[in-house]
Parts: sequence; structure tokens; C-alpha cells
Amino acid sequence: MPRAATVLRLGALALLIAFLAKPQSFAPLFAPLAQYGAPPIYDQGNLLSLALAQLGTVCLAAAASTLVAVGLGVLVTRPSGAQFLPLSRTLVNIGQTFPPVAVLAVAVPLVGFGEKPTLIALFAYGLLPIFENTLVGLKTVPGAVLEAASGMGMSARQRLLAVELPLAMPLILEGVRLSLVINVGTATIGSTVAAKGLGEVIIAGLLSSNTAFILQGGLVTGLMAILLYDGMAALERRLLRSVALD
Amino acid sequence: MDPLGVVLVAAGAAALLFLPFVVFKSNRIVPGNPCTLAQVLPAWGAFGCAAALALAGGGALWATNARVRLLLALLGVVAVGAAAAAAGDALTPPGDRIVRIAPGGAFWVLIVCLGLLATDATTRMRPKPAVRVLFLALSLAVVGLALARGTFDHLSVMREYAVNATRFAHEARRHLELAFGSLAAAVVIALPLGVLCHRKPRLKPGILGTLNVIQTIPAIALFGILMAPLGALAAAVPLAERLGIRGIGAAPAVVALFLYSLLPIVANTAAGLKRVSRAAVEAAHGMGMTDLQVLAGVELPLALPVILTGIRVVLVQNIGMVTVAALIGGGGLGAFVFQGIGQTAIDLVLLGAIPIVTLAFAAALVLDALVEVLDVRETRQP
Repeated sequence: MPRAATVLRLGALALLIAFLAKPQSFAPLFAPLAQYGAPPIYDQGNLLSLALAQLGTVCLAAAASTLVAVGLGVLVTRPSGAQFLPLSRTLVNIGQTFPPVAVLAVAVPLVGFGEKPTLIALFAYGLLPIFENTLVGLKTVPGAVLEAASGMGMSARQRLLAVELPLAMPLILEGVRLSLVINVGTATIGSTVAAKGLGEVIIAGLLSSNTAFILQGGLVTGLMAILLYDGMAALERRLLRSVALD
Repeated sequence: MDPLGVVLVAAGAAALLFLPFVVFKSNRIVPGNPCTLAQVLPAWGAFGCAAALALAGGGALWATNARVRLLLALLGVVAVGAAAAAAGDALTPPGDRIVRIAPGGAFWVLIVCLGLLATDATTRMRPKPAVRVLFLALSLAVVGLALARGTFDHLSVMREYAVNATRFAHEARRHLELAFGSLAAAVVIALPLGVLCHRKPRLKPGILGTLNVIQTIPAIALFGILMAPLGALAAAVPLAERLGIRGIGAAPAVVALFLYSLLPIVANTAAGLKRVSRAAVEAAHGMGMTDLQVLAGVELPLALPVILTGIRVVLVQNIGMVTVAALIGGGGLGAFVFQGIGQTAIDLVLLGAIPIVTLAFAAALVLDALVEVLDVRETRQP
């Protein structure tokens, strides 16, 4: 079973790379979907560069939200920041009710059109899963382990870096994975405010009612999300194993 | 001193000093002239607002009683709201319908800081679920009354509302119909699927895996992909077209939202059923209950809090995602958002976005309260 899954994944990856590298060779596949002689493959831009631009935006946003969310998570679980804990919990809950489109729309007046509002929306939306998982991860480190670390003469800082964060790492990474996957999909909406990405392809398809374009944009985005999810999951398993071996 | 209070007071004070309280625009799309609080209010008004804010700030810094903090924060919110309304009235020439008085950066920062302060105070009070819902209803009622009275009529967002009033009611209703309609359809299908996942564990990875893949397709793409088959269905089956199934409009939106809604409900139903203790199920069987009776009378009621948590996730997610449906002619409040983005008319964007966020927030709060009530009741029963 795992082997079949690996083959499937590698196949999906190969398909994605092949499509992005030579989209025109897939034209016969999409031709039945393009009516009235419309081009079957998106021709107003390079699919590969659009996909990379979207991936870049998503990764940049995810890196920023990881940094901030983990930092905040560490801060509110220290004795000095404990007072912020209940509020940050509530904020996480409230934040999750904000639709990303609304964040995007509200960010436009503040920073203008283009990549920036998309980055802000993705950053804000990506914060929550990571922050929540960091909190749970740090809070569930067993008290006995912490006491043992203190007993060994570790300072609070050493304890955080060598004990708490490594133990919380699987959960933190799961949060990062979750926010990455949500954001790959959400990033397509960024094209409504002129960010570069595969949303451009989908919107071009919607405007000219060309299903072939919509399908291309959607499939490439979906494949990227699935592969990212799987890739991160594999990375997590490896990390988990190394932590367990220590 | 309260560390959170220090942060919030510093942010609020900096905003008041460096950001405009309102922005005066001579029409709806030009960039406007920033105005500070003192510039737009008569002296006593500015003084009153500043005094209320100072009280709220003092409360944030030194008050230890959560109730006092909450009351002072709410006083601050009322003062900021009243000041914005008064600024709108003062800056609008009588009878003018073209100028726009938009709340500025300081207004939004102050509202956020005071909101955080109120949220923090409420969290510290640990209110019961019913109290939380009551609090929500009260706040909505106060805002609704102020809106109905026309308190904010001279502010830019309400100006956009005045122009779009009949359409707003229509789009708001459509938004709710789409969000709740797809949720209802999803519950009908997802509950049996969840039960199936629980009863036949071999099917579970397949079902959940498929639903997971659907989640990765971006919303606008799924809307678009569904347009083609639904359009073809309408063309081939006249009855379908008479029922309102068409390639563009609400039909693809409802189907897409329905598909997205399945995973959380199926997964939570399966998880909730798994949580039900085997002893309870065996006891029910021992009493001579049939399989179906055990499911309906014992398992599902016990799994209800977990299932409801899934429904909460779906409802909040749907309310947000319906926004995107506007792109394919599905209507809903997203129509204002995208129209506003297209015209670079921020007030129109806000006219769509503020109700969406409010709806999502209210839905989350009410369902969270419901889940908590059910959970407590269940753990109390032996």
C-alpha cells in the first residue's frame, strides 16, 4: 500500500512537471473543452512562471507566518507572557472566522493592488493554524520532562531550544503544512487583485468561458497543494524519527 | 501595570497622534484629505471623546477587575463610534450626496485596540455560553439600532449602503441561502457517510482521501469546473433548467460549497462515533435495541457535540467562501466586494466585507456556545 502511494505521488509530480514544462503537448487533452476555436492551453502568459510566482508568494507568506506564530506561541507560554495567553487563544478563534477574501479586500486600500495584499491575506490566514499548533505543542510537553531538564541544570533558554521546541516540532510542522495547503488554494483569489499566479489562468477562463483554462489553473493548483502536503508529511515523519532516536 | 494594557494604550495613542481619524474625500474614488479628531469635532466633543478614551486607557493600564475593564472598553467604543458619526455630520455639507467621509486609520486602530481590550476582559470573566450569546445579541442590537436611527448615515460605508439598499437586502439573503443551503445538503449526505466510515473502517481511508483531494482544489477553480457540466445538464434536461440549474449563477456555487462541506462533517461524525463508549453501545444492544435504534438513540446523540463542531467549521467556512461565488454570478455579499475592488471604491468593499465578517463571527460564537452546552450536559450524565 505505501509503495503504491509513493508511485502515485511520483507520477503526480512527474505529470505536474511535464505539464508546466511543455504545456502545449497536452493541448489535444484539453481541446474538447475549449469551444469556438478558443486556445486549449493558456497563452497569455507562461504557466511555469505563474506557478512559480504563486508558490513563491505562498512560501514567503508561510515563512513569515511561521516566524511570527512560533514566536508568539513561545512568548505566551513563558511565565512573563502568560498574561497574553487567554487573549491570544480567543484571537486565534476569532481570526479563523475571517474569510481570506475579506482580508484580501480590506488589505487592498492599505497597500494597493498586486502581490502585497495577497501576501498580507495569506500571512494573516496562515498565522492561525501554526500558532494554535505551537501552543498545543508547547503546552503538552510533559511536566516531568521539564523538571528533568531543569534538574540537569539547563537554563530556561536551553530548555526551550533543546527540549520544548523539538518535542513540539511535529505539531508545529503540522500547522505549517495546514496553512501552506490552505494558502496555495487561497492564493488563486489573489489574482482578482492583480497578483501573479495561477488564479490569472482561472479568471481568464471564467471571463472567456473557456473551461480548459479553468481546469488547467485548478488542476495545477490542486496538484501543487497535494504534493506540498505529502512532501511536508514525509519531512515530518523523518524529523519525528530523528527526535525519537535522540 | 497590565502588560497587555501597555501595548494597547501605546498602539491607540500612536494611532491618534499619527493617523487620520477620518478622511474627507470630495467624491467616492479620489484619495482624500486626512483629518484629526480635533479638526473635525467641536471642542467639547473632542474633549469628551478624549476623556472617554483616557478612561478606557486608564482602565486598560491599572484596573484589575475584569468587569470594570470591559465597561471602560465599551465606553471607549461608544465614544469612538459617536465621534466618527459626529465627524460625518459635521463635515458633510447640508444636502450633499457626493462627498465621502471615511473612517481613517486612527478610527480602525482604536476600534481594534478597544475590541481587544473588551475581548480580553470578557475572556477573563469566563462567561457561560448563554451569557456570551446574550452579549452578542445585545451588541448586535445596539449597532442595529444605531444604524436604523441613521446615526452613521453620513459615513462613507453607509452612503454606499444608501445607494445600494434594495440590492443589499437581496444579496444578503442570497448569501445566507447559499451558505445555509449547501450546509443543509452537506449534512444530509455527510452524516450517513460518516456513519459508514465508522461502521466499515475499510472504506474510511478511501472516502476521507477523496474528500481531502476536493479540499485542495481552489474555490474559484471548482466553481469554474462545475459550470461546464451544470450548463450541459441544463441544456439537456429542460426540467433541470426550470429548477434554476444553470452553468452560471447559484447552482455551481451551491454544488462547490456542498463538496467542500462534506469533509469536516464526515470526519467529525466518524470521530464522534468513535468516541462513544463501547459499554454504552453494548448496553443498548443488551436492552434489545435494534442497530438503527442504537444509532439514532445512543450513538448519534452522544456524538452530537463533535458532529456540531464539524458543522461549525463548515458554516464559518461557507459564509466566507460564498464571497467568491460572486465571481461566477452566484450573487451574495461578495458582489459588493468584487465590484468595489473593480472600481477601487473601498467603501463598497467594506459594505460587503463587514457584514460577511460579522456573520461568520456570530455563527462561530453561537455554534461554539451550543457545542459547549451539549458537551457539558453529556459529561454530566454518567
